[in-house]
Amino acid sequence: MKEQLEQIKRQAMEALETAASPAVLEELRVKLLGKKGELTAVLKQMGKLTAQERPVMGQLANSVRAEIEAKLEQRKTELHAEALEARLRKEAVDVTIPGDSFPIGHQHPMNQVLQKIKDVFVGMGYQVVDGPEVELADYNFTRLNIEEGHPSRDRSDTFYFTDDDSLLLRTQTSPVQIRVMENAKPPICIIAPGRVYRKDEADATHSPMFHQIEGLVVDEHITMGDLKGALTTLMRQLYGAEAVMRFRPHHFPFTEPSCEMDMQCHKCKGTGEVDGQVCSTCHGEGWIELLGAGMVHPKVLENCGIDPEKYSGFAFGMGLERMAMRSTRINDLRLIFDNDIRFLNQF
Amino acid sequence: MKLNRKWINEEFVDLSQVSDKDFCETMTIFGQKVETYERLDAEIQNVVVGRVLSLARHTNSDHMWVCQVDVGKGEPIQIVTGAQNVKENDLVPVALHNSRLPGGIHITKGKLRGEVSNGMLCSLKELGLTINDFPYAIEDGIWSLQEDCQVGQDINTVIGADDTVVEFEITNNRPDCYSIIGLAREAAAAFHKPMRHHEPQVKGSGAGSIFDHLDVEVPASNLCNRYTARMVANVRIGPSPKWLRQRLRANGIRPINNIVDITNYVMLEYGQPMHAFDYRYVSSGKIIVRESVEGETLTTLDGNLRKLSPGMLVIADQDKPIGLAGIMGGENSEILDDTTTVVFESANFDGTSIRQTALVLGMRTESSGKFEKHLDPMMALPAIQRACELVELLDCGDVLDGVIDILGNIPEPRTIPLEPDRINALLGTDIPREDMELYLNRLEIPVVDGRIQVPSWRPDLVLTADIAEEVGRSYGYNEIPVTAFSTATQGGYSPMMLFENTAGNLCRAMGYSEIITYSFVSPGIFDQIRLPQDSPLRRAMKIQNPLGEDTSIMRTVALPSMLDILSRNNAYHNKSVKLYELAKVYLPREGQPLPDEPKHLVLGTYGAGETFFTLKGELETILNGLRLPKARYEALSDHPSYHPGRCAKVSILGQDVGVLGQLHPLAAKNYGIDAEVYCAEIDFSALLALQLPEATYTPLPKYPTVSRDLALVCDEAVTVAQAEDVITASAGKLLRSVGLFDIYRGPGVPMGKKSMAFTLELRADDRTLTDTDSEQVMSSVLAALGKELGAVLR
Repeated sequence: MKEQLEQIKRQAMEALETAASPAVLEELRVKLLGKKGELTAVLKQMGKLTAQERPVMGQLANSVRAEIEAKLEQRKTELHAEALEARLRKEAVDVTIPGDSFPIGHQHPMNQVLQKIKDVFVGMGYQVVDGPEVELADYNFTRLNIEEGHPSRDRSDTFYFTDDDSLLLRTQTSPVQIRVMENAKPPICIIAPGRVYRKDEADATHSPMFHQIEGLVVDEHITMGDLKGALTTLMRQLYGAEAVMRFRPHHFPFTEPSCEMDMQCHKCKGTGEVDGQVCSTCHGEGWIELLGAGMVHPKVLENCGIDPEKYSGFAFGMGLERMAMRSTRINDLRLIFDNDIRFLNQF
Repeated sequence: MKLNRKWINEEFVDLSQVSDKDFCETMTIFGQKVETYERLDAEIQNVVVGRVLSLARHTNSDHMWVCQVDVGKGEPIQIVTGAQNVKENDLVPVALHNSRLPGGIHITKGKLRGEVSNGMLCSLKELGLTINDFPYAIEDGIWSLQEDCQVGQDINTVIGADDTVVEFEITNNRPDCYSIIGLAREAAAAFHKPMRHHEPQVKGSGAGSIFDHLDVEVPASNLCNRYTARMVANVRIGPSPKWLRQRLRANGIRPINNIVDITNYVMLEYGQPMHAFDYRYVSSGKIIVRESVEGETLTTLDGNLRKLSPGMLVIADQDKPIGLAGIMGGENSEILDDTTTVVFESANFDGTSIRQTALVLGMRTESSGKFEKHLDPMMALPAIQRACELVELLDCGDVLDGVIDILGNIPEPRTIPLEPDRINALLGTDIPREDMELYLNRLEIPVVDGRIQVPSWRPDLVLTADIAEEVGRSYGYNEIPVTAFSTATQGGYSPMMLFENTAGNLCRAMGYSEIITYSFVSPGIFDQIRLPQDSPLRRAMKIQNPLGEDTSIMRTVALPSMLDILSRNNAYHNKSVKLYELAKVYLPREGQPLPDEPKHLVLGTYGAGETFFTLKGELETILNGLRLPKARYEALSDHPSYHPGRCAKVSILGQDVGVLGQLHPLAAKNYGIDAEVYCAEIDFSALLALQLPEATYTPLPKYPTVSRDLALVCDEAVTVAQAEDVITASAGKLLRSVGLFDIYRGPGVPMGKKSMAFTLELRADDRTLTDTDSEQVMSSVLAALGKELGAVLR
């Protein structure tokens, strides 16, 4: 009987070791350990044994069963692992096949630049406001200290809706200054981006419709130094900390003193020359004109019911297209309004 | 405004030691922005004065000459010329080997029919000059120099091209700077140098008095603030001297004859336009400054017959206009070679009137350009005196005694208190009063007893803010310390702007790219999108003076702008395009001058895979992302722009907010697109008010959800929305959601019917649902569907 058990064990171990699938394994389990299995058959003979032999054989039979069961379990784990490995191998993909496409849309490059500018100003405490594009001449000109008969009022420059020239397409975002000052008491700290219109034929550098960003700060004790500070901060945020600015006197009817701000040409570093040639970016000037600004004209404050003896302020206005073209290297204004998807997709 | 530096250096303030670059930089920073500058001698290089020592016929040519020319370099050089006017001992311009001439011409040595030629003898034209510059020269031939010059001298110094012309951008508030004197004043102040002044002196000739010959009347005194006239008899018309011609030429004015040149010279120097009439043609010796009357015409100096509108300011004699005031003289009183008596005019005309007349007649001139800046009336007299002084200096006539000077309403000189504290407060500086006075004095603005005496040429100085600019620019804008202000304001975006930002992000997430289009459009758009003639959208704001028909009305609808861009992309063969725009439209409002300017969100797409339902799904996602209540979609079969069977009206909480659908094939054809185009137009500005409040937490369900499917058979005409509405209304409060998952037509479903399958999710908050609960819901839903829509369980 002992021999029988050892033979069962030996044969079982061999068979299990070579079992190639879970099904074969199950067959073996039934054959070896099942109710009609070999081991059971041997155990059925226990009754024939002596009382001394019985515990010894019982122990041996149990140990054989335990070993077979352990081997079964081990083999089962192995086979599962092999099967999993085989499946994973089969499931392998060429990871260089392109991913499924979920094209995302693009913000218009000019609005990307505008967003950046707005964010900088909002971070500096400015409120972003809006104003009408169809505007009264009174707001677009008169209250901004632009007198009757001023050339900018000419029908060759400005689009009008009425015979009496009282209603027009705003030629600048500055009327928003008036609208804000009429409705709010200082302190005022706003920017007003928007569309403006001038009677220019469309070409590489002109468009009858373009965009400006107006800025206005009014409070007690606002100085030209503050104006310089605000604009310098803006430009360093937009063009980097190394940007060099200069301020030049200029004239606008609605600011006094007035100035224009230039940035030193980033390409030629203000020398006006690149490799002995005239710098193509600044046309040899060494500086790039960025915007117009100044201290709000006392008459404009008065026109809005703000006491110029008590309050002062500064205002500035810049052309968005020009700034966008500079930072994106777009070389023809018409591209901006052409909206070719191949153009939009570049940004 | 152009300025040649030599003129300023020679007459007003010597800045010859300052380089061109420094001059321009300093003037720009001081407030007179330099646009460009140009060395006049840049075009001509290596051309010198030479003396023809001998000349001989070329042995191989019947017209060429071989010259030996002394160019001041020891050995004479040989030059071959084809010109026939060269004589021995002539002084001539010689372009040496490797020289440059105007027009980019490069001269090198070579052989002409076997004879060596070491350069070229030059004509006036080859040096970029005309007979007007050197009247004694001949037009076609070598220029035989009759100038005070040396052999070997650079020709640039002979022709006065050793000069720099600087072009300034003059701002509107500084009419005084449209003159050499004005710019000289600025330059002197910018460089802290005193300026030399010259007061014109007229000696007089004893040839009679102007009052015996001329009478001036100014009925149009509202348009002519000052009129001065002087007369010159025994005029000897001829060329002006070289120095005068060169100054004119450097400033871009062609010399003509001494009298005309004098008027132009004074215009440049003083900024005061002048005119000279031939007295012979001033009928009855009377000059009348008046407005033109109906039907008048005048042939101006340029030979054009001008039809004058009533109200235009003219200079007339007893019978007829003889000049268009401040713009151009009349041909009928032009200075000719045989003119003997001249009337000089130096007047102050109304800038706006002159500008408008010039605009209407399309003849902006140097003179009108100056007048339109509103000139200083005090300048008229010194200018006419200067003209007469020049007549005497050039010895080209006898100035009659007396000046006619008719003054209108000349304002009293203005004074402004100098307020250093206010100026410093505005600038953010700490400039002492003495420094401010010094700055103002440099600009020739006197300060007497603390009050600024505003010169007549500075009408721009009215308020302390104006003085602050003068002080600021003298101190240096770039020296003003940069400061940071602090105000108690709160920055940020308006709710609408944030809403727009979110919408943009969502559109882009859905694959749509942003476009920017013009707000003004063609009136033809309404036909293109097939709007009926009586559509209220056709009532658009009309621009009275548009650039063209295509940009003549303000859009009331944004769809055509989108279609334009889609059409253009289609023409570019862009295969698949998805675009969006947040576009303002301009809707006239009854009884109000300003229109409403709401924004519309327009989506437009064409290309493979685009269907009504892709666009609808994208729009639903966008609206959902904007935190809006669920939108409803209703078939809209009569929208003229859209496919009658593929268009839906979009509404939220019962409010119409837009449409979406496939563009009507006829509209697509109008835009030249043969693909299926899908568009949505949403009244974006109306959406913000519909936005749901910010989300707050709802406890997650504690009890399981029961899912029940329901397949119905119903008539084709029954819509999904109808079925959903009945289900929602009849299911009771256990219903959490209902969703369509299939529509089927075919075997098993009778013809003319369809099957729709929905999944209903049921849940109670306080218990686990039993089968009985769901059976009850399903049977009441079925009963309602049967009753209201004739639908039965499949």
